[in-house]
Amino acid sequence: MTGVSKAVEDTNRRMLRARDAMDRAYAEPLDVPSLARVAHVSEAHFIRTFRATFGETPHRYLQRRRVERAMLMLRETDRSVTEICLAVGFTSLGTFSRTFRDVVGESPTQHRARGPLAIAPTCFTKAWVRPSSFGEAST
Amino acid sequence: MLNSISITQIYVLDQDEALDFYVGKLGFEIGTDQDLGFMRWLTVRVPGAPDREVLLERPGPPSLDPATAEQVRELVAKGATGGHLFLTTDDAHQTYATLKERGVELTEEPTERPYGIDFGLRDPFGNHVRIAQTHR
Repeated sequence: MTGVSKAVEDTNRRMLRARDAMDRAYAEPLDVPSLARVAHVSEAHFIRTFRATFGETPHRYLQRRRVERAMLMLRETDRSVTEICLAVGFTSLGTFSRTFRDVVGESPTQHRARGPLAIAPTCFTKAWVRPSSFGEAST
Repeated sequence: MLNSISITQIYVLDQDEALDFYVGKLGFEIGTDQDLGFMRWLTVRVPGAPDREVLLERPGPPSLDPATAEQVRELVAKGATGGHLFLTTDDAHQTYATLKERGVELTEEPTERPYGIDFGLRDPFGNHVRIAQTHR
């Protein structure tokens, strides 16, 4: 194994740790400095490296994680849109609605009208229901 | 036709470290640990459940060419190779507390699901493990 490869492995593992932190603590006010600390890298390095590793910025990943949680709550609960917005970590209804529409392609209310989801192990639902950054959701 | 699933495989980046983790921390027991000359055949299983083992395989030559092995290692480290293990327990909260005490990298706290209570963790390499206390 080369030194370069070992370095990539270490970096990947750190980025995964930061991504896990977003999956776990999505509802908290996560910011780049705290995530960079989880990954043990500088802030500038963190954003660039995360993107190189997972194909999107940490900010975008966190948005999708929050929106995915919101999508589920909209369809599985009768909590209000404002409650859900706050519960998944957004602090403004305007930002939430705009981000939701941008990511999902429809408003929270329109999404709610789709009704309940089929049951699958939650960790897989989380990974597969998460709205995509990679284009296929727009078809 | 078929009877059972007897062995499934995941990639680990270091077999000694894998043993420390799966046996030392998660409480698996060794099924087989044998040097076959060309590879170390290393399986673990849950005590009391001998019918199903997990093969802890190290990616590397000659099974994989060096460049491919490097790619696999890098993918394992970013959690992208799959091979998720779904384990069960009688008490998710107690097991979570025990694993926390042992310094396991826990990724999700015990959470109520339609099928029971489960939580998540990573092995040292990036593999994803879930432990569920399922409704009977």
